[in-house]
Amino acid sequence: MKNKIVIENLTLQYSDGTESLNGINLDIPANATTVLFGPAGGGKSSILRCLNRLNDLADVEKVTGKILLDGENILDLKTDVIALRRKVGMVFARPVVLPFSIRGNLTYGLELAGEKRKSRYAEAVERSLKLAALWDEVHDRLDDPAIALSGGQQQRLCLARSIALEPEVLLLDEPTSGLDPISTSKVEDALIELKKQYTVILVPHSVQQAARTSDYAAFFLEGKLIEYAPGTEIFTNPKKQRTEDYVMGRFG
Amino acid sequence: MNKFFTKNRDLTQKLGFSLLTLMTLMTILPIIATVIYIIVQGAPAISWTFISDFPREGMREGGIIPAIIGTFYLTLGTAIFSVPLGIAAAIYLSEYAPENKATRLIRLAIINLAGIPSVVYGLFGLGLFVLFLNFGTSILAASLTLSIMTLPVIISTTEEALRAVPQSFRTVSISLGGTRWQTIRKTVLPQALPGIITGVILGLERAAGETAPILFTGAAFFLPRLPHSPFDATMALPYHLFVISTQVPEMPIKIQYGTALVLLVFVIGMNALATFVRGRARAKRQW
Repeated sequence: MKNKIVIENLTLQYSDGTESLNGINLDIPANATTVLFGPAGGGKSSILRCLNRLNDLADVEKVTGKILLDGENILDLKTDVIALRRKVGMVFARPVVLPFSIRGNLTYGLELAGEKRKSRYAEAVERSLKLAALWDEVHDRLDDPAIALSGGQQQRLCLARSIALEPEVLLLDEPTSGLDPISTSKVEDALIELKKQYTVILVPHSVQQAARTSDYAAFFLEGKLIEYAPGTEIFTNPKKQRTEDYVMGRFG
Repeated sequence: MNKFFTKNRDLTQKLGFSLLTLMTLMTILPIIATVIYIIVQGAPAISWTFISDFPREGMREGGIIPAIIGTFYLTLGTAIFSVPLGIAAAIYLSEYAPENKATRLIRLAIINLAGIPSVVYGLFGLGLFVLFLNFGTSILAASLTLSIMTLPVIISTTEEALRAVPQSFRTVSISLGGTRWQTIRKTVLPQALPGIITGVILGLERAAGETAPILFTGAAFFLPRLPHSPFDATMALPYHLFVISTQVPEMPIKIQYGTALVLLVFVIGMNALATFVRGRARAKRQW
């Protein structure tokens, strides 16, 4: 199994002292879903936001260690963060559709990238909507305002919007936390398709979702990586006591 | 619940509402009265001649076209200087400036700038533009003076409009590989535009109605011709109104009020435009 991302001794501190990361080592394989789970404040979102350098916008006091994406350290000062963010797409907990049409949302990233060929746009719109399992619901009204979609549809549109850029890695930060069970299962089904092409890293909104979706799962507690194993192992036969306690619902 | 108390509470409530209604009426009545008075007194003066002809007989007859055109030029000149500068400054403050002492100082300066009496701007304009930069008493000097006065209004309303655009739009745009400037240009600015336009119009409207800043910098008592270049002085509605109300003996009252009415229509027209722009944008807004 090829590792897409290798995190080496990653330590991070925010200037206001909230959620930090402490010496994280983690190998994330390509074409699989890796789940980062654990109680709130454990550092899961912080890792995601390091992986596309979105943390650059936050009040970070210090970051040390390495994050190697295909062998290149993305924390390096020389990293082209714009190119990185095109390669590493992100979906947020709350669906944020931009104030454009459905199509406008999907082509936004390509426009930013300076894509001139209009044929690429139509292609990207159809391909990404199909992958995000939204095509059938919206293909006849692509020019309607995106805000008119339901919450579940909006979140799948956000997913499609990231896919439209053909990234290599997809980061999903509790993408179904605001959705009903039907929408949730649609998103989860889409993820199964997506991991065939991408490296998917998911922060789930529940242990059940973690168990359902994970190929690999990493349990985080208070900024430390407690246990990392294939999903089938960690949810049925965890090695560490604290992992077991959390998975069994004894705390959290 | 005791019936007495219930009744008593109803009464208090009614009294309170009546009092608030009365207060509201008291604030808007003088405004309505002023407008009606100006319309009644000024309407007889309004004719095609009045808005298309030069003043005659020592301004006691004829029209006010040089003042109307002068005010238009001054408003345009003010817009040319203050709009790009004001919007650029607001973008810097809202999107780029770090939150530190220097930024807070700049904000404080802008707020204080808005509180400076307009005659002080006039004096400053006289010193800087008319004398030191040698622009003379001219449309250019007056427009620049009005621009400085208008800038704080445009900067603060624009900054507010930019800040009203949800932060999440910026985060999403950045996460999709946008630079900061792309994010501003493609997402933030278009969403803030109606608010910015409203602020700009309100700022310019204030500039159009001001007398003091142009008094020493560009306004002429009387000119027999229209200005030919930005270095010419010009007549202007507010100053013309001041002149014919205080400086010309035996001035027919209807010409004074007619001039006031034209100025009022100019300013209220701009205000209505601002309200229209804001209303339409709000109906179309998607957040």
